[in-house]
Amino acid sequence: MKQEYTITVYTENHIGLLNRIAIMFSRRKINIESLNTSPSEIEGIHRFTIVINEVEEVVKKLIRQIEKQVEVLKAYYNNNDEIVWQELALYKVSTDKVIEDVKVERLLRKYGARAVVIRKDYTVFETSGHREEINNLIEVLGPLGLIEFVRSARVAIINESNGFYEKLREFEEEKPGDEIVENEFLDRQDEVFSM
Amino acid sequence: MSDTILSEKTKRTSGKEKPAAQKNGRYAAGTEISGAQAVMEALVAENVTDFFGYPGGAIMPIYDALYDYTNVLNHILVRHEQGGIHAAQGYARTSGEVGVVFATSGPGATNLVTGLADAQIDSTPLVCITGQVFAHLLGTDAFQETDVINITTPVTKWNYQITDATEIPSVLAKAFYIARTGRPGPVLIDITKNAQVQKFNYPGYTPCNHVRSYRPKPIVRKEYISEAAALINAAERPFVLFGQGVILGKAEKEFKAFIEKAGIPSAWTVLGLSALPTSHPLNVGMLGMHGNYGPNVLTNECDVLIAVGMRFDDRVTGRLDKYARQAKVIHLDIDPAEIDKNIQTTVPVWGDCKETLPLLTALIKQKQYPEWLQKFKDMKKQEEEIVINDELNPAGEVMTMGEVINVLNELTEGNAILVTDVGQHQMVTCRYANFNESKSNVTSGGLGTMGFALPAAIGAKFGAPHRSVIAIIGDGGFQMTLQELGTIMQFNVNVKIIILNNQFLGMVRQWQQLFNDKRYSFVNITSPDFVMVAKGYGIAGKNISKREELKSSLNEMLQHKGSYLLEIMVGKENNVFPMVAQGCGVSEIRLK
Repeated sequence: MKQEYTITVYTENHIGLLNRIAIMFSRRKINIESLNTSPSEIEGIHRFTIVINEVEEVVKKLIRQIEKQVEVLKAYYNNNDEIVWQELALYKVSTDKVIEDVKVERLLRKYGARAVVIRKDYTVFETSGHREEINNLIEVLGPLGLIEFVRSARVAIINESNGFYEKLREFEEEKPGDEIVENEFLDRQDEVFSM
Repeated sequence: MSDTILSEKTKRTSGKEKPAAQKNGRYAAGTEISGAQAVMEALVAENVTDFFGYPGGAIMPIYDALYDYTNVLNHILVRHEQGGIHAAQGYARTSGEVGVVFATSGPGATNLVTGLADAQIDSTPLVCITGQVFAHLLGTDAFQETDVINITTPVTKWNYQITDATEIPSVLAKAFYIARTGRPGPVLIDITKNAQVQKFNYPGYTPCNHVRSYRPKPIVRKEYISEAAALINAAERPFVLFGQGVILGKAEKEFKAFIEKAGIPSAWTVLGLSALPTSHPLNVGMLGMHGNYGPNVLTNECDVLIAVGMRFDDRVTGRLDKYARQAKVIHLDIDPAEIDKNIQTTVPVWGDCKETLPLLTALIKQKQYPEWLQKFKDMKKQEEEIVINDELNPAGEVMTMGEVINVLNELTEGNAILVTDVGQHQMVTCRYANFNESKSNVTSGGLGTMGFALPAAIGAKFGAPHRSVIAIIGDGGFQMTLQELGTIMQFNVNVKIIILNNQFLGMVRQWQQLFNDKRYSFVNITSPDFVMVAKGYGIAGKNISKREELKSSLNEMLQHKGSYLLEIMVGKENNVFPMVAQGCGVSEIRLK
């Protein structure tokens, strides 16, 4: 029942927060598959994108624990159907190979790779996509002289999200927290509450 | 004999003149002061009166500033930083205020870790201030440098390192606000030495009442209140469980009004103990592993379970898949992360129970459940026959822990604050002690920290100076922090200490007896002559092993002016029953 979940966390931009969040996973012996942290659309607010493999029950509880941290504004979790996500990859290949071998050029075209740097000795290409797409290009480039490769963490946009401006305003208004309601019983009120 | 020791208080006030420049130790905004002085200003502004600490190299500027504030700030010098933080915890628990503790960098700070973990799991509001090496030395393995922020992150509600004095007023304001609001917890502020000595233009102290990313209270949802009320009104066998949330929320009155109108039998967790007087007709006893028979068994017979400010700890629930499966669960808690954490809730009532309980009380019908309540009474009777009577009035020659508590009840009439350590004596005290007033039971519940009681009792006394404070400690736990007898000596702290000596690490021995075929592996602990040790600290004391001496000795202890240590020899291999063994459900509780 474990599946990939993408956790999005909006936080203050404070030193030590990365550790505070990371240890919530390690304490429960959950491996972080990918982690990205960078400024969000709002100045001063950071956005974490964390990918883990877990069962939903665990993720749900984890989210509440993360949200409980003083400097965390809000945390969400989504499965892969609920997000649009990308990883970015850079590939360094020998320039001679690219010039000599028509196959390389064709491959790069096919995978939508873009040259970032072209030097006499090497060329750096960039692609973005899902993990499998990036993996496929490595596989075919490997035998053709891939010198170095690096990939970024996942970044993801939540389909349903309206951004964070609205939410932030609520936080600044000193309102009490509007907690998430995911209660199986509250959805079936008539059955449960008429005893 | 303690009269002969000049109290630190006397020394302090008679020692020197108040500097003319300050009134009540306050600097006006716009004055140039040091970071260390700003720390003092913050403590004064937050109405801190008594606090605990131990100086050292990296916190010297703060202690130097303190020298001029001793007319308003009462610093208690402990003997070990762990003692300092447990004392601050005891203070917080009996006063309802934030406990404050100072420690130096490195070992001073690492010695706080156990207390931080304890305060974190027991939701105790603390502000810990640690000194740190100069900012330019951070990360250089400087003398007494340790990465305190990262060491303490998992065991603090919030922590922060200050490297610039100008941050001190606002960060400390934030620290106190975070520690005391919402679900309380420990906050640690690490201040580098350069920030302590740095002079800056003091902007004055503004208390904090809002942190953007922090919402201490969730919204109270009226619809859940009415759904909860509907469940309660329709219930035939409702059962209330209450925890420390009632005490932390200062909602004892609201809670009492609620159960009295609803007429619901109520049982407590170890930390909820004393929120409702023991003698209250609806108080049916203790939950959990060593709790009462009725509350445990009937948890699995109630139809609506109402949990107020408690967190369904595994020591309360036993095996989760055998816990209250038949019941609809209403959970009142200020911390949304507690809802559905261990037990699936039917109606979550998020919020401060001081607000939610009256809302709920307004919607429920006045009711009584005489038959249901009778079930608790019947089971109490069974428990009395098999366990309690023998424990409180033993036929054998050796004394039991229970009879000590029983006689103590008689003498204190349930008005004392009892501070317990961890183990058999703790369970026995919780089971049998009487309490009339809230904030009277101080113990390490979640973390189970042996060595907690002696220093916590010191803090408890400062937190409630007009009440009688009795520490009840085992022979094992006492040896973990007995250095704090020095603090009791120096500050004339009037705490009574009862050591219940069974010459074993009793709780572990009990488990080894029951589950490890009596293979007593390293539970046989020898002790020094505790009375002699106390004497060395100028503390009066006595050792007794005969029942005839019990009442008179306890009385002598209570009547004694100043601190007193009474060592009571009890049965070596007595067990605490009832017991929900590990891996069992609450209704499988054993009476013997």
